[in-house]
Amino acid sequence: MGLAAALFAAAGCQDSGGGGTDNSNASDCGGKIAIFGAFTGPNAGLVIPSLNAAKLAVKQHNAANADCQVTMQEFDTTGEPQQATPIANQVAQDQSFTSVIGGHFSGESKATMPIYEAAGLVMVAPSATATELTAGGNKSFHRVVGNDATQGTAAVGYIKNVFKAQKVFVIDDGTPYGLGIIDEVKKGLGATVVGSDKVQKDQTNFDATISKMKSAKPDVIAYGGYTNEAAPLLKQARAGGVTAKFLGFDGLYDPAFPKGAGEAANGAIVTCPCLPAAEAGGTFSADFQKEYGNAPGSYGAEGYDAATVLLEGYKAGKKTRADLLAWVDAYDKQGVSKYLKFDETGDVDKSKVVVWSYQIKGTEFEPQQEIKLS
Amino acid sequence: MTEVTRNNPLDRIRDLTGGVGSRFRALPKWQRYAAFLAFVVFLYYLPLLGIPGLVWLRTDSIDGGNNWAGVLFTCAIYVLIAIGLNVVIGLAGLLDLGYVGFFAVGAYSVALFGSRQSPVVAALQNRFNLSEDWAVTWAVCIPIALAIAMISGVLLGWPTLRLRGDYLAIVTLGFGEIIRIVVRNSPSWSGGPSGVAAIPGPQGAPSPDNTVFGLIDVKPWYWLALTVVLLVVFGVRRLENSRVGRAWLAVREDEDAAAVMGVYPFKFKLWAFAIGAALGGLSGFLFASRGGFIEPEQFNAQLSILFVAMVVVGGSGNMAGVALGAFLLAYLPERFRDFNEWRFLVFGLALVLVMLLRPQGLIPSRRRARELKDRQEEVAPGV
Amino acid sequence: MNFDELFGHLGQHTVDGLAKGSIYALVALGYTLVYGVLKLINFAHSEVFMVGTFAVLGTWSMLGATDNPGFGLMLVFLVAGLVGGALASGATAVAVERIAYKRLREMNAPPLIFLITAIGLSLVLSEAFGLWQGRLIVGMPTILPQEVLFTIGNTGVTNTQLLTVVAALVMMFALDQFINRTRYGRGVRAVAQNPDTAALMGVNKDRVIMLIFLLGGLLAGAAALLYAIRYGNTRFNVGFLLGLKAFTAAVLGGIGNLRGALLGGLLLGVVEVYAATLTSSNWEDVAAFVVLVVVLLFRPTGLLGESLGRARA
Repeated sequence: MGLAAALFAAAGCQDSGGGGTDNSNASDCGGKIAIFGAFTGPNAGLVIPSLNAAKLAVKQHNAANADCQVTMQEFDTTGEPQQATPIANQVAQDQSFTSVIGGHFSGESKATMPIYEAAGLVMVAPSATATELTAGGNKSFHRVVGNDATQGTAAVGYIKNVFKAQKVFVIDDGTPYGLGIIDEVKKGLGATVVGSDKVQKDQTNFDATISKMKSAKPDVIAYGGYTNEAAPLLKQARAGGVTAKFLGFDGLYDPAFPKGAGEAANGAIVTCPCLPAAEAGGTFSADFQKEYGNAPGSYGAEGYDAATVLLEGYKAGKKTRADLLAWVDAYDKQGVSKYLKFDETGDVDKSKVVVWSYQIKGTEFEPQQEIKLS
Repeated sequence: MTEVTRNNPLDRIRDLTGGVGSRFRALPKWQRYAAFLAFVVFLYYLPLLGIPGLVWLRTDSIDGGNNWAGVLFTCAIYVLIAIGLNVVIGLAGLLDLGYVGFFAVGAYSVALFGSRQSPVVAALQNRFNLSEDWAVTWAVCIPIALAIAMISGVLLGWPTLRLRGDYLAIVTLGFGEIIRIVVRNSPSWSGGPSGVAAIPGPQGAPSPDNTVFGLIDVKPWYWLALTVVLLVVFGVRRLENSRVGRAWLAVREDEDAAAVMGVYPFKFKLWAFAIGAALGGLSGFLFASRGGFIEPEQFNAQLSILFVAMVVVGGSGNMAGVALGAFLLAYLPERFRDFNEWRFLVFGLALVLVMLLRPQGLIPSRRRARELKDRQEEVAPGV
Repeated sequence: MNFDELFGHLGQHTVDGLAKGSIYALVALGYTLVYGVLKLINFAHSEVFMVGTFAVLGTWSMLGATDNPGFGLMLVFLVAGLVGGALASGATAVAVERIAYKRLREMNAPPLIFLITAIGLSLVLSEAFGLWQGRLIVGMPTILPQEVLFTIGNTGVTNTQLLTVVAALVMMFALDQFINRTRYGRGVRAVAQNPDTAALMGVNKDRVIMLIFLLGGLLAGAAALLYAIRYGNTRFNVGFLLGLKAFTAAVLGGIGNLRGALLGGLLLGVVEVYAATLTSSNWEDVAAFVVLVVVLLFRPTGLLGESLGRARA
């Protein structure tokens, strides 16, 4: 056994090339962050802005603190829990990682939370919004974003007060995310919901759903889910003569959605617990524009915040997993997206969560208004 | 025609590898046992692999990480699946495209009865006034999972096994999909699309305090799975050479002839289905215990098709073959993770090439290879 | 169970189902033709359809198609789309046959080998398009805007629905005539009944097999055009589920039987829409498979039986 371990250790060095430097790094300031999420795959459009913003934050930090270098390594999960689990196992065992940004989706977060907790690694999630994530008492999970309950409440307010809708048709895509948020909307709207349907992953034709919508004659359609199903659904509904207003959630705050749905998406509303670029604090928005040549889309500001919370910890000299966990637990400061302070479950202060509505014009998401959470 | 293929370099390699097989079989018994024993020891040593030269086999994509044991665990699970499916496809000759259904049944059995977060356990707690920490113990979940998987195998087999080959294929494919969709659409008892978390392992619910079968180190899980695989290999081998095994062979080669000789095909087909289902359930059980979390979308039809591919690529009917097939199909995509986007394209190409160049599988069953050769010689003139 | 909705608009749901089922039927014909002659499940046929949808899209964007073109341009786009889709699908189907199946046939490989090869080919095709076109849904221009043509009671029939159903019926009829009345068709039936005897009678078996793959591909291309008109989108993996359904439809009607494929396709479409109306859309696949199992239990060779070879023998 001892011999085997020695062989393994030797192999580890041989295999990794420049990996030996990690240990020397651990002695002074700085460290290594793991970031995981769907960086490829159909929903990558939702996650890339957050990744880019986090990269920007790291770059800025490293430029400003030559004596406290932080590296960030990306792990692509394509958003699938079964891809995220082996990654979590690797990161947990590599002691050079001292903190984690992620997950970006709720499923991958739920699957990996116990592993990161067991490893004592702090997780700061930019966009995992399922309400249940913070209900299980997991010590390592934190998120810089509101949950689906908050967004659902906001959407209900928007439907009641801005749309002044009498009849609402709700659709979910059967993912934990879509189901969760539509449940909130149903609860909030009560009898105003005149019909509902559930579509499934990779569905491409929606005859039955459209028939149902036509007989329910709603004023508003609320859709919980992602672009891959929403774009063809909306397109076919419009082609089939359904004229009701369309409301989607942050899952559709993705440039691919107006692109896929084309003309049909025009005028659709998308709510998102994320700030419009122009509203984000500091110079973040301008910096992002300069670095990547486009405005930070969905969760850009949140990705930046998640990275910043951790980077400030490194700068303050925290370099062990336990120290960083304690640091994030105690964090209490204004971020670019909102005021960041985590309660004991890992959620941000509910009163600080902002939900915005965006209207699709052409292929752009135009910020419309902040939805008051009453 | 035979003349032409003999000169094919690939055939020469084939003859060569076949030669290794027969030379191995010609060795004295003790030498064969010793070789087998050495191989088993090597398998147990595998997660610690550090032999220079073989190290590049490891799949750790980051420096200090240990993904290798995790991949090996997946491989072991897939090998178990392949052995189970081999009973159905390779031994009994029934094309089952819905094997993932049994895998899911096994996984959900332990999830629904063993996890404190499952709706079923919650309902039981309510019904019998049990404490909130109560759930069925892991060890008790094993027979539950096996029984439920077996029952579902019989339930599926009873009406469908009277169908002919291709019909059976599509019906079983449908069955696998039905299981996935029903589970996904029924949050009231299955947890629905969000899946079930906190699935127990040998040391109870997942927690940082679990010392051996913990969340982070996968090595013990691999050793556990490997032990199960070896036990199952031993069991299935006995079965293959038993009366049941011979009956399967007879049914596979000629159902009518078998029936005339007093082997009732339906009964033995059902046995094959039930045993295959139980093994599928067992692998699902291990998979869920290790992962601690499952969700219905993991059990999709593509996975079913992958399972069949493992059996056929490896060599349907030969246990060593299907195990190799399972290992390769689980391992190669992980090893070449760097080619992320290209992996499945290459995988598809590899499947086609293997089938075109070596249709009997990588390590064919001797009997199957002979059958294939017979068929080849039966080819009508002018084709 | 929402019976009010189903029976309140029974006509509408039936029309929707028939239109949906027509596309299944056209794709199912490809499975059935190949199965009828070779007794082989051409699993790669789903990707033949997928290639067709991308070819339709490609043709349209090459011609600069936009939403709602005038009537004249619309006709041009429809014909061009049909030609583009059918050619691409037909070529893909024949290529699949030449590259993979031919060699396996020469070896007289058992059906399982064909199946795995076909699965490999489907993976190659869909992954190649996934890499090339991205993995997101791709929208298409609306060439033929939907309009309600006529209304019976509370049932509105739109132009695209009518086009889909009529096109499927016409192609089905044409294929039936081709197989049953022409010289080539006789060759196909001969090979389906007994390949060796057909070869002895001077039928070029190889050419017949190419012909059926080509026919299946052309029909899949036509289905791709109808799909593009009705649903206006495609994706690299669009073939998988649709192919599965079409195959189910073929088995339901009696695989190898052309009329069975039509019946199975239409029936499956209607069952799915009814089931989705009664419950919700995420149950429609379950309904489709349950109907399949039930039908097979009572009629183990499908509704109309297997009969490509035996038709008018």
